[in-house]
Amino acid sequence: MIKINGLSKSYPTKKNKNLILDNISLDVPVGQVFGIIGKSGAGKSTLLKCLNLLERPDSGNVIIDGVDLTTLSTSELRKERQQIGIIFQHFNLLSSKTIFDNVALPLKLQGNHNKAEIKLAVDEMLALVGLTDFATKYPASLSGGQKQRVGIARALITKPKLLLSDEATSALDPQTTSSILELLLEINQKMGITIFLITHELEVVRKICDKVAVIDGGKIIEQGNAFDILLHPQQPLTRKLIIEEESEKYLEQVNHYYQFEKSSNKHILLLSFVGDATYQPILNIISKSAGVEFSILRGELGRIKNMPFGQLLIEFECDEKNLATACKIMKEMGVHYEIVH
Amino acid sequence: MSLAIINDLVSNVDWSEINDATLDTLFMLGFSVLFSTIIGIPVGLILFLTSKGRLLQNRFVYMILSFVVNVLRSVPFIILLIVMIPATTMLVGTSLGAKGTIPPLVIGAFPFFARLVENSLKEIDDGIFHMAESCGASTRQIIWHILLPEIMPSLIASITVTAIALVSYTAMAGTVGGGGLGDLAIRYGYQRFQTDVMLITVVLMVVMVQLIQICGDFLVKIMRK
Ligand SMILES: Nc1ncnc2c1ncn2[C@@H]1O[C@H](COP(=O)(O)OP(=O)(O)O)[C@@H](O)[C@H]1O
Ligand SMILES: [Mg+2]
Repeated sequence: MIKINGLSKSYPTKKNKNLILDNISLDVPVGQVFGIIGKSGAGKSTLLKCLNLLERPDSGNVIIDGVDLTTLSTSELRKERQQIGIIFQHFNLLSSKTIFDNVALPLKLQGNHNKAEIKLAVDEMLALVGLTDFATKYPASLSGGQKQRVGIARALITKPKLLLSDEATSALDPQTTSSILELLLEINQKMGITIFLITHELEVVRKICDKVAVIDGGKIIEQGNAFDILLHPQQPLTRKLIIEEESEKYLEQVNHYYQFEKSSNKHILLLSFVGDATYQPILNIISKSAGVEFSILRGELGRIKNMPFGQLLIEFECDEKNLATACKIMKEMGVHYEIVH
Repeated sequence: MSLAIINDLVSNVDWSEINDATLDTLFMLGFSVLFSTIIGIPVGLILFLTSKGRLLQNRFVYMILSFVVNVLRSVPFIILLIVMIPATTMLVGTSLGAKGTIPPLVIGAFPFFARLVENSLKEIDDGIFHMAESCGASTRQIIWHILLPEIMPSLIASITVTAIALVSYTAMAGTVGGGGLGDLAIRYGYQRFQTDVMLITVVLMVVMVQLIQICGDFLVKIMRK
């Protein structure tokens, strides 16, 4: 759906070149929820603006649904933009217009719909986002979550195949964030709309993303399935971004242990398992068949998108040989492990 | 008793003349507000759109227009009245009477109004432009569908402020033969020491200003939702 090739963008100043996006390449398949995660200032918003060419990249191509946007004329580009829905952190609703007119705006801009068509379409969208009763109200009287629902209705009114989101939940409280994410997931699954979102919140990636790319300093430093990136990130920067709080906690525990226990037959491992493996008595099996003693230092069970996962920090008490056996068993069972100490 | 005093005080006043002068002032005010608005809105829009980082960014156009607006705003109105006599005569056939004051009133007021328009436009959040462009809106559509509706309440507030400034400008125009309440006040109050007439004209102008403000505030209130 989206193919970005070697995209670079800079905001040159007198002093330096100021490269904001550095040779970015991405491939977003149809029907997926693709997340870009990165710290503030990493270049996420700039990347999104390059996607519909609000900012023209210095080099590289942006191909959306088979059309290379960088080759289009201004009026062709406007037509293409009408096929891409977009939602924003601060909603960007027009305070002078009713909810109905805000949602109707993109259709009115297209200019080839009559009043009845517009009404039909707006009513359908308002029903989808659950704001049918708010049609004649003004944005000022809505809560943040409701405003974002209006934003979503407006973005979808032109029946786009692609929805872009720039930190759509970052201005919302956790509960509202959940409900908006659920709505986005519903839109993705029921209407088959591809979603490309940028966020600095791990929660968003966890709840709805199929794939994720990590951006830092204008570069994609790691990308892959949300599962892999979230559970066992490879790049140090990703690790820092993704397991910051968690790793703090367990590394503290590990260090605490090793202060007292120099004994070499204590091994600390971080195990992650997803899907069916989550429900198997993994530790029991390992303990029995490899002859190791274990204790759980810390554990977490959760869901990524709709897939259950577990992550455990385990201490095995055994020699190197038994440890190797345990590792082999884990590999066979599809448990991802990492030897921390 | 107090009624008698007032009656006494205004017994020499020629009410038909006051009536005519009031109508003249309203005529000047109405047309000068109308034309200042008609000229000021596009000028304000162009100032805004050609400024740095905006949709029609154009340093040259912005600088010229901004310079002209600044010059017009810095010329004292009384001087503008005199300097404009030839131009006014050319435009409306006379530089006298209520009709002859309208061109200088407009030239005096529209630059001020245009700046107010430009400032209201600057208040619009960048995100709105981001949204509009993302929806594929053309510049013309952005102006009509987004900018003008969004600034409507502050546009009304700006028209109110401009109209009130114009009330005192019309009075000043009276001094150079412009007619209206200002003219009356000067002729009777200053030249003939007829304080009663001057007092009445001042009261009338105060009432006018109050009414404009009340109407303006009311309109803004029902528009801001
Ligand atoms: N119009 C601009 N001109 C100059 N620098 C910009 C502009 N927009 C963004 N930047 C810079 O680009 C970097 C990335 O910004 P942005 O894409 O907004 O990051 P993010 O959305 O990840 O927080 C920042 O350092 C910011 O200062
Ligand atoms: Mg951003």
